[in-house]
Amino acid sequence: MTTFHATAFTNQATSILTQESWLVSLGLKVALVLGMFLVVPLVGGYLEHKTMARMQDRRGPVEAGPFGTLQLVADGIKFIQKEDIIPRAADRWIFSLAPGLALVPTLLIFAVVPLGPGVFALDLELGLFYALAIGSVSVLGILMGGWASANKFSLIGGLRAGGQLIAYELPLILAAITVAVQAGTLSLVGIVEAQATFMIPGTDINLWFGVPQFVGLAIFFIAAMAELSRPPFDMPIADSELVFGYMTEYSGMKFAMFLLTEYAGMIVMAALITVLYLGGWQPLPGVPLPGCEGTAGLFDCGLVGTLVGVGVMLGKIMAIVFVMVWLRVAYPRLREDQLQRMSWLVLVPLALVNLAVVTVAKVVF
Amino acid sequence: MATTSPPGIGLLKGLGVTIKHLAGRPSTQMYPKERPDLPPRTRGVIALMDENCTVCMLCARECPDWCIYIDSHKESVPAAKEGGRARTRNVLDRFAIDFSLCMYCGICVEVCPFDALWWSPEFEYSEYVMDEMLHEMGRLREWMDTVPPPPGLDDGAVAPAEVAEAIEKAELEQAKAIETAEAADSDDAKPEAKDGGGKSAEAKPKKSDIRVEGGEVDQEVYDQLIAEGKSERMARAKAKAAWVRKEKQRLAEEQSSSDDQTSDTDAADDSEATSDDDASAADDGASADDTDEAADEAAEAKPKKSDIRVEGGEVDQEVYDQLIAEGKSERIARAKAKAAWVRKEKQRIIDEGGDA
Repeated sequence: MTTFHATAFTNQATSILTQESWLVSLGLKVALVLGMFLVVPLVGGYLEHKTMARMQDRRGPVEAGPFGTLQLVADGIKFIQKEDIIPRAADRWIFSLAPGLALVPTLLIFAVVPLGPGVFALDLELGLFYALAIGSVSVLGILMGGWASANKFSLIGGLRAGGQLIAYELPLILAAITVAVQAGTLSLVGIVEAQATFMIPGTDINLWFGVPQFVGLAIFFIAAMAELSRPPFDMPIADSELVFGYMTEYSGMKFAMFLLTEYAGMIVMAALITVLYLGGWQPLPGVPLPGCEGTAGLFDCGLVGTLVGVGVMLGKIMAIVFVMVWLRVAYPRLREDQLQRMSWLVLVPLALVNLAVVTVAKVVF
Repeated sequence: MATTSPPGIGLLKGLGVTIKHLAGRPSTQMYPKERPDLPPRTRGVIALMDENCTVCMLCARECPDWCIYIDSHKESVPAAKEGGRARTRNVLDRFAIDFSLCMYCGICVEVCPFDALWWSPEFEYSEYVMDEMLHEMGRLREWMDTVPPPPGLDDGAVAPAEVAEAIEKAELEQAKAIETAEAADSDDAKPEAKDGGGKSAEAKPKKSDIRVEGGEVDQEVYDQLIAEGKSERMARAKAKAAWVRKEKQRLAEEQSSSDDQTSDTDAADDSEATSDDDASAADDGASADDTDEAADEAAEAKPKKSDIRVEGGEVDQEVYDQLIAEGKSERIARAKAKAAWVRKEKQRIIDEGGDA
C-alpha cells in the first residue's frame, strides 16, 4: 500500500500550464481552476435562466448587461451587500462553516477536470476516484448546514439531502467504475485518450463510451442530477414543502456560496459526463483536433488545436447543462419514496448489470 | 417497482412540449418600456362623470369597503311654468374614492343607475403617501377622459333595444310609403267605380270614414306580388291593404246603391288627400304640400289627381339626393323619391289638363 500512496496521486500527463518555475505553474493552475470555478458556472447559470424562461414563455433576465448576461454578477454583488444573519438558536461555528465545506470540494474537483488537450491543473492517476470521493464531501457541508440552522425545515432538508446523496452515490460510482473498466484507467485524461482510440471491435470506427455504455450514461446522468439536488430531484430544497430546505436560514454571502456550489456542481458533473462518455474535447468520434492528428488529440496541439479543444469541451458542458435545465422544466418533483425506490430498485441493479456486461465484453474482445 | 410507473411516452411528451415553447415567442410585455395591452374592461381606476350623478348614494351604500365619500346639498329650482311648484335638486359637493381602501370589486360602477361611474384601464396612480390615494371629484372627473368607448357587439349579437326599434320603425315607414304609392295607383285603377262611389261628401259616408277591420289578405294581390318577387312581408302588408281597400269599396257601393248616385269624387279625393298626407309626413314634405293645394284648387274644375294614371318606376332624383344627404337609407330614399315622382307627374298632368 505504500507504493499506492507513492504513485496514485502523482501527475501522469503534463499540463501545458506546468512551467519551469513552480511559482508560475502554481499561479497559472490556480488561475485556471478559479477562473473555471467562478466564470463557467455564471455562464451555466445564465443559460439556465434564459432557457428556463423561454421554455416557460418568459424572457428571463433582460436588464443587467446586454441581454441580461450580467444578471448573476449583479446577484453576486447584491449578496455581498446583504446582511449576514445567523439565527440566535443556530450553532454559530458549524452554521458558518457549512457553506464553505460544501463549496470547497466542488472547487477542488476542478483541479482534475481536463478542459482541453493539456489544459488541466492536475492529471492524477486516480483522477476519477479523487473526483467522486471529494464530491461526496459536499454532503457533509449540507448536513452541517441543515443541523446547525436550528430550523425544522433546514433539518428535514439536510437529512433528505443526506439520504439522497448516499442513495445516488452508489449508482453514480458504479457507472463511473464501468467506464474505468472499459478505459483501463482512472485518470480523467487517460479516459479521454481511451475514447479517442476505442474502436468497435473488428472495425476502424471510433466510438465514444456513451454509445456502448448508453445505459451507464443514463444512470450517471440521472444520478448526477440527484447528487446536485436539481429538479426533478430537488426534495432537499423542495420550495413548496420545506421553504428552502437546508438553505432556509442562510442569507447574504453564505447563501451565495451554497448557490455557487449548486451551479459549480452542475458544471463539474457536466464536465465529468463529457469526459467519461462524450469524448472530452474531441469534436466528433474519430475526428482529432486540428494540430493533434499525430497523438489522437492528446497534448501539445498548438494554440489553435488547444483553443478549439477547450471550446468543444465547454460547448459539450453547456449542452449537458441545457439538457439538465430542460428536464428541470419538463418534470415535476419526485416524492421522497419514489426517489429512494428509483435509486435502490432501478439504478443500482441496472448499474451492476451494466458493469457485469461491460466487464465481460472487455475480457472477451 | 409496482408503484413506479414505467417511464412512458408521457416523459417524452413533456420534453416535446417544453422544447416547442423554447422556440415560441415569450408572452412577456415589457411594461415600463412599452404600454401593456389591457383587455377593454380592465379595472384600473374608477372615473366619475359628475354631470350624471344625482347623489342617490347607491354607490356609497353598496361599497363593501365604504371607500366612497359623498357630500351634497339641495337646491330649489323655480317652477318651470307659471303657477307650478318649485322643485328641489341634489347638487354634488364632494365625491371622493379612497383607492387605498377600494378593492376594485366594481359594485359601485355596476349599481350606478345613471352611468356616472365608469371603469378606466389607467392604473399608474400609485403614491408614496397613503393620503394621496384619496381621489377627489376633480381627479375622478379627469379619469373620465381615459375611459375607452364601449367595445363593439359580437357578430350575430342581438341589436340593442333602441337600435332594433329604430330599424323596425324605418321599415314600417318604408312599407307604408310604398303602400301609399300603391294605393294611389290602385285607386286610379278603377275611376268608374269611384265615380259611382258617392254623391256628396255631406250625404254619404266617405271611404275614409268607413271602418274596416283589417286582418284578411287579398290572396290574389298577395300571389301576384309574390310572383313579382316581392318579399313575403311586403306582399302580405300590401295584400292586407288591398283587402281593406276592396272591403271599403264594397261597403261604399252597398251604401250608395240605396241612394241614387251622382258621381262626386269627394270620397276619392279625401282618400287621395290622406294618402298624400301620409306620404308627406313620411318624406318630410318634399313638394307634397304644393301638390295638395293645387289638387284642392283644381278639385272642381279640373280632372282629379286620383283619376290620373301615372306609370310608376321613375325616381325623383332631387328628392332622392336630398334624402340620402339627410342620412336616410337607400331603400327608403328610393321609395319616397318614387312616390314624389308619381305625385309630381300627376300634378304635371293635372296642370296640363287644366290649361287645356
